[in-house]
Amino acid sequence: MSAETTPAVSDNDISLYDVDNPAPVIEAPRKRTKKTPKATRTNFEMYGWLFMRLSGIVLVVLVLGHLLIQLVLDGGVSKIGFAFVAGRWASPFWQAWDLIMLWLAMLHGANGLRTVINDYAERDNTRFWLKMLLYTATVFTVLLGTLVIFTFDPNIR
Amino acid sequence: MATPTLEKTGSAAQASPYITVTFRVRRFNPEVSAEATWQDFQVEIDPKERVLDGLHKIKWDLDGSLTFRRSCAHGICGSDAMRINGKNRLACKTLIKDINPEKPITVEPIKGLTVLKDLVVDMEPFFQAYRDVMPFLITKGNEPTRERLQSAEDRERFDDTTKCILCAACTSSCPVFWNDGQYFGPAAIVNAHRFIFDSRDEAGEQRLEILNDKDGVWRCRTTFNCTDACPRGIEVTKAIQEVKRALITRRF
Repeated sequence: MSAETTPAVSDNDISLYDVDNPAPVIEAPRKRTKKTPKATRTNFEMYGWLFMRLSGIVLVVLVLGHLLIQLVLDGGVSKIGFAFVAGRWASPFWQAWDLIMLWLAMLHGANGLRTVINDYAERDNTRFWLKMLLYTATVFTVLLGTLVIFTFDPNIR
Repeated sequence: MATPTLEKTGSAAQASPYITVTFRVRRFNPEVSAEATWQDFQVEIDPKERVLDGLHKIKWDLDGSLTFRRSCAHGICGSDAMRINGKNRLACKTLIKDINPEKPITVEPIKGLTVLKDLVVDMEPFFQAYRDVMPFLITKGNEPTRERLQSAEDRERFDDTTKCILCAACTSSCPVFWNDGQYFGPAAIVNAHRFIFDSRDEAGEQRLEILNDKDGVWRCRTTFNCTDACPRGIEVTKAIQEVKRALITRRF
């Protein structure tokens, strides 16, 4: 553990520590104290929790349907090409399917990772920057995906 | 402690119930070393005795410096929660024969709280979380001249969570609490549940608001470690989910 710079007073003792100079105890991470902030009075965590459950149910249908269409039905993965994607996105139904799937999957995953970061990133700074990185990546992917779905041009050359 | 019986040495000796058990105890003494180490003790003990009796034998006969908490020694005070063979239990409710005495029995302090010496941890963060949920009856208006009456069904509603003895076995088995002590932890939520669902109490709304926080019930990952650890058999995870449900139905 942390090395003590000043040795114990008694020279005949091999140990670095004694009664007057005890070793530092290992504090538990982010200990709760009297100064721990009280309730913030927002429902953000509740809505986050609820969103995970509801989006999870919808995603089971959307993702399994997506995988089935892309990988199993009609010759499987070999049929996927530019023409196949263009054909599907010609229909507003598949556009909506992919759009909802993109948004729900990204927000569901981002919220899940946010809770993982909250649980495991011990230092305030690490936690803040990891979350910033996560939010940036999420916003970028969601916006780029949305842009592609809406501005997709099948006649592009 | 088994009292030795008089004048029965002749025939009783061959059927001696005593076996030799190895206790592997996690030792930490900040006045000697900054490192925690394992130390083995060989103890002659009746397998029908408890782990606490083994610790007593060590402390009284082998090494008086062994430090642990215990008060009533009968599973009510909740002082001697410790990690025995990797599982949080009360030393006074764990029989030697139930935890395979063939192998060394490991005894560690509970996790997630600062170890002060050997098996003694700093319980202050645990009790701070307990205090923060206001674990006392709050009512409005004048005090009635008689008892506050309650139907049997109303009492049944929170019966399970009244059994808590605040031993911290649940909270210190929670992986979220290990990583972030700001989380209220199962024990505090159980004790909030005891008053939130009490028909006589009128501050349920306030307590729900406290537990609606980012360190409140929404951090529960439903790993069921707390339910497994509870020496009183409280369905801790269920109680936490009931608080979650109360929070959601209150809004919608």
